[in-house]
Amino acid sequence: MLFTSLGFLVFLAVLIPLYFLVPKKIQWIVLLVANAFFYVYAGTRGLIFISVTIVTTYIATMVISHLYASQEKYLKDNKESLSKEAKKAYKNKMQQKRRLVMILCAVVSFGIIAVMKYSGLFLRGTEFAQSLSLILPLGISYYTFQTMGYLIDVYRGTYSPEKNIFKLALFTSFFPLLLQGPITRFGDIGKQLYEPHTFNMRNFTYGLERILWGYFKKVVIADRILIAVKAIISEPDEYNGVYVLCGMVFYAIQLYCDFTGGIDITIGIAQILGISLPENFLRPFFSKNIAEYWRRWHISLGVWFREYLFYPISVSKPLLKLSKFTRNKIGNGIGMRIPVYVATVTVWFITGLWHGSAWNFIVWGLLNAAIIIISEELSPLYAKFHSHFPGLKQKWLYRLFEIGRMFFIMCSLRVLDCYRNVGTAFKAYSTIFTRFNYNILTDGSLLKLGLGVLDYVVVFCGVALIITISLLQRTGSIRDKIAKKPIGIQMAIFAALLFIILIFGAYGIGYDSSQFIYTEF
Amino acid sequence: MDELLNILTELHPDIDFDKEENLIGDKILDSFDIVTIIAEVSDVFDVAIPAQDIVEENFNSAKALYALIKRLEEEDD
Repeated sequence: MLFTSLGFLVFLAVLIPLYFLVPKKIQWIVLLVANAFFYVYAGTRGLIFISVTIVTTYIATMVISHLYASQEKYLKDNKESLSKEAKKAYKNKMQQKRRLVMILCAVVSFGIIAVMKYSGLFLRGTEFAQSLSLILPLGISYYTFQTMGYLIDVYRGTYSPEKNIFKLALFTSFFPLLLQGPITRFGDIGKQLYEPHTFNMRNFTYGLERILWGYFKKVVIADRILIAVKAIISEPDEYNGVYVLCGMVFYAIQLYCDFTGGIDITIGIAQILGISLPENFLRPFFSKNIAEYWRRWHISLGVWFREYLFYPISVSKPLLKLSKFTRNKIGNGIGMRIPVYVATVTVWFITGLWHGSAWNFIVWGLLNAAIIIISEELSPLYAKFHSHFPGLKQKWLYRLFEIGRMFFIMCSLRVLDCYRNVGTAFKAYSTIFTRFNYNILTDGSLLKLGLGVLDYVVVFCGVALIITISLLQRTGSIRDKIAKKPIGIQMAIFAALLFIILIFGAYGIGYDSSQFIYTEF
Repeated sequence: MDELLNILTELHPDIDFDKEENLIGDKILDSFDIVTIIAEVSDVFDVAIPAQDIVEENFNSAKALYALIKRLEEEDD
């Protein structure tokens, strides 16, 4: 069920009143049933896989919890009789048991993703790979990562496990999160999902405003500019040079509006239901370097990889040994950083894989790692440069240069997202530096990409509005500011946004209100 | 404590780690710094800081980090 479909709006129109009308005790059950309906609507076969993840995670976390309890009891009962060494040996033995249970469970869920999503990487074109991709369960990348995060947290002793399997099922399958996250931690929403909620007018208006803002970004801008992006990337031989440059900017606009729009709708729906979700974006295009950008874009995925992959790899025994070795052999400078770089490359390789079963994404991930490492290595040089020009960093023109540089780097990397394979992507990108067909910007060529003058005006105005809102957000919540205005102005803003979506939304003949990009990942 | 301060100061000579109480919140330490510190700590103190202990509260100040090292040393004994 698409967020942009009429069916979804009907689904919400039924769910929201029902959720607040039923006795508070069973609100969470209503949500669970809604999740099941949402999931079954997308295809019953996917239900099997999500059920396997829920059941195996439930069993594993209960076993881990039992092992923790047994350990505590045994150590308490034998406090006097056990020597320090015996206690330590016992603790290690129990830790190994818990780790084994956690790994077995993770292998099942990640195994499902590996087979369903990645067999295509090696078996491309075969019937087997095609049949698997046809039944790729909805939201598998999101619910698997969310549930595996929960499993690891229980294993680490951060949370006690949820004892009710249906409540765990609700956490795993909460429908607003299924399409594109955010990948949320149990500690952030677990309690909120199960506790009773009363209808709250503030939550309702704030949530609705957020949803409308999301739809504006998605259907007015992303789905409109998508037409030009598709036209450019579908004919790489015809559309090269400055067309590729335009395609890069158009795709940046599309991806930003598509993903952040979808997340706005997600967070808005949850807020109406009284559930507060963590933010997934923090004005990423205002970042001054790529590392900062990744701390502000798709925050939940970045946090997941940092907490459950980057840190465990970095502090693992083999890497600590490598660290010691490189520091002894090469010295404290680069020797100290090599292990961190090994972890960085590993994490970005897996981040690339997470985005899809194609070499494009793997190369994209590794290039991200390369740029982060090069930036890190060049940082002493930057520091030296800035020591000669104190105060330069504070100049708005330099800040603009940093933002522009980051934008160009991100757009360049995303070329790999667009084209059908790595070779075509590099070939298309290289034409930026070899074909200088700047005349296409003024001779009407851009009007032959499926968009008319009005479309470009709508996109331009929409982007200008988003930039303005983002600048205003730096001084506080826009919705707080709107809430302080007289009711007439609030209603006018609300109505204007709704009419803009209805009038300028990219639907009807010639448009294809498409699936969200990140749902495919 | 002096050994820990040496490790931290070597990484960021411009920071007064005796006084700073919000190293993560103020973005003075990033994930690269944290991993580098853990490698150094493991060498100097012979204590392994596990991934689950890499949380803001343990790395926001030299004092908090030192308390973590002491706790892990005790658990090891």
